[in-house]
Amino acid sequence: MNKKTKQPLLQNPAAISVLASLLSIVIGLVLGFILLIILNPGEALHGMKAMLGTGFGSMDKFGKVLYQAAPLMLCGLSVGFAFKTGLFNIGASGQYTIGSFFALLFAIQFQMPWWVCLLAAAVGGAIWGVFPGLFKAFFNVNEVITSIMFNWIGMYLVNLLMANMPKMLASGWGAPNSDRTAALSSANTGAIIPKGGLDKLFGNSSWINISIFVAIAVAIVIWVVLQKTTFGYELKACGLNRDASQYAGINAKRNIVLSMVIAGALSGLGGGIYYLAGTGQYVLQKSILGMGFNGIPVALLANSNPVGTIFSSLFISYIQVGGAAMQPAYSPETIDIVIAVIIYLAAFALLMRGIIAKAISGRKTKGGDGK
Amino acid sequence: MMILANIISLTIMFAVPLLLVALGGMFSEHSGVINIALEGMMIVGALFACFTLQAFDQSGFGKMHPQVSVFIAILVAGVSGMIFSLLLGFAAINLKADQTIGGTALNQFAPAFAVVMTWAIQGQGLTTISIPNWVRITRETFGLAPVDGPSFLNSLIFKYFYLTTPVAVVLFIVSAVVLYKTRFGLRLRACGEHPQAADSVGINVYKMRYAGVLISGFLGGVGGLAYTFAAGSGFNSTVGGYGFLALAVMIFGNWKPLPILASSFFFALFKVIAAYSSSLPFLPTFSGVKDISNFYQMLPYIVTMIVLIFTSKNSQAPKAEGIPYDKGSR
Repeated sequence: MNKKTKQPLLQNPAAISVLASLLSIVIGLVLGFILLIILNPGEALHGMKAMLGTGFGSMDKFGKVLYQAAPLMLCGLSVGFAFKTGLFNIGASGQYTIGSFFALLFAIQFQMPWWVCLLAAAVGGAIWGVFPGLFKAFFNVNEVITSIMFNWIGMYLVNLLMANMPKMLASGWGAPNSDRTAALSSANTGAIIPKGGLDKLFGNSSWINISIFVAIAVAIVIWVVLQKTTFGYELKACGLNRDASQYAGINAKRNIVLSMVIAGALSGLGGGIYYLAGTGQYVLQKSILGMGFNGIPVALLANSNPVGTIFSSLFISYIQVGGAAMQPAYSPETIDIVIAVIIYLAAFALLMRGIIAKAISGRKTKGGDGK
Repeated sequence: MMILANIISLTIMFAVPLLLVALGGMFSEHSGVINIALEGMMIVGALFACFTLQAFDQSGFGKMHPQVSVFIAILVAGVSGMIFSLLLGFAAINLKADQTIGGTALNQFAPAFAVVMTWAIQGQGLTTISIPNWVRITRETFGLAPVDGPSFLNSLIFKYFYLTTPVAVVLFIVSAVVLYKTRFGLRLRACGEHPQAADSVGINVYKMRYAGVLISGFLGGVGGLAYTFAAGSGFNSTVGGYGFLALAVMIFGNWKPLPILASSFFFALFKVIAAYSSSLPFLPTFSGVKDISNFYQMLPYIVTMIVLIFTSKNSQAPKAEGIPYDKGSR
């Protein structure tokens, strides 16, 4: 990735993957617009304006974009980190759930300050990441299967534990409902992630807090680990070719487990950051939380690059906030269709990269492969 | 005895979608394509089938010929599942994309699409498509006189009986025969085990893989309708994770029809136990523990994981699944 040899910008592989992602986004948005026209022609332009304009429309909404982007970024980092080791972490959702549980457990049951709760969330997610890693490394069970199973096990486990911890539930703190955790504003204000004065900047937005900076800092740390350390190099080597890396003396099994543990910790931290913002309560679930799954498009759009993840998560969060503003003319799920189209296109990003590289290099012979 | 009859009939009802969808996954994986999008295919199948049933209900045709209507709805579910599965086939076979990512995209697409379509057709905010009450097979369907009061046989057969059950039996037998006793089945399996070898003897691997994906789309769609019948409260753009559970059923059944049948009953039984755990006298009660049903919901997944530890060494998983077939590679 070092630009030691001078290349025209557009032949740089990183630039090509950025272009491929932008192309996916554009196609996704165009298809989304066509969908809006089909569903309700009169409102289509208005709806599109809401989708693309709401996020910057007011400081409050922009605060919401940042607030949602933080957990998305961490889930995206989690999926992307595992990708780098050749693993598909579809279990980000389960790790996120367990991370949320740990964060709330330390916040409400043990009355800890917010940063302890965040650490606990990362530990919780890491524990849930160990299983797919161990199963993959020692029993050769596909991590996709293990992750899916543990998504459900995690959800039911958290339901079971929460239901049996009266102090955790809102009903334990004087509120009537027993299907969700206690609001942090009444249970433990010290566990709410501080706003750091950002709320003044964002027009008293209730959403914004310092979590976005935490997430960006984590993204940079992950980038350094992957690009600048031996450990990161080993992880990537395992992802590119497990047998070759083993032959070169890298302990592939250890790296697979460690990669999943770190990926799990990232997702778990995402869960902690979301629920410690103090604006949402964990509701006992009947189906798996979507946040972890949304980490997948974030990672794919960023081509698993940690720095790219910062931008892709902001984008996904931005259009999600816009999608919610498309009501009542369109259901908020319309935006999920756009995101699904983008992932679908990103699935053959490799092919698109090839096409773009060819189109750019034009008559030049295969010189686009910069590595 | 009445409880037993209820449990058996409920288990059959919930086993039907699992069986159908797991068989679908089996076909797709034997052709070499990992089908993680089963959940999405179920949703799409159920969506269009429910619209069909609603249309029949409003036109009055449904009341006159209930089981004919249900049969047409089953076909609609299957065909729409097939059309949807083409998206997976196109990405996985033609474009050689990562199959799990393509499948994930479809799984994200389907529920959103279903909600948007339901809004568009039923109006804003109405997210449930109700199932007409004539779809269930009752004694009257066979011209039998209704009996008064509960009876064992009556609860066993007619309490939760839908046309999808006999259809599933037929589809199961056909699937098993096709996979093991026909030339097509042999070729399909060859493409999942060693596509290069299959290609070298003149089998069109791309066509075979499309066939596998399309069959899984059909079975997935029908399974989606069967799930909606079983769930009983109408279609809410979700199939409750049954697509993923079916994936577990398929693995637990080692990619073979008969073990898949057995494991779908095993998983369904746990689902029923979880749903009715409070009213079953023979279960341990764990007094003092609230919401113990979550524990029973968790069990099938845990058991699958434990079984996977022991069986992964001699797993019957198709060897070439998940690897895009490229004619040029060797």
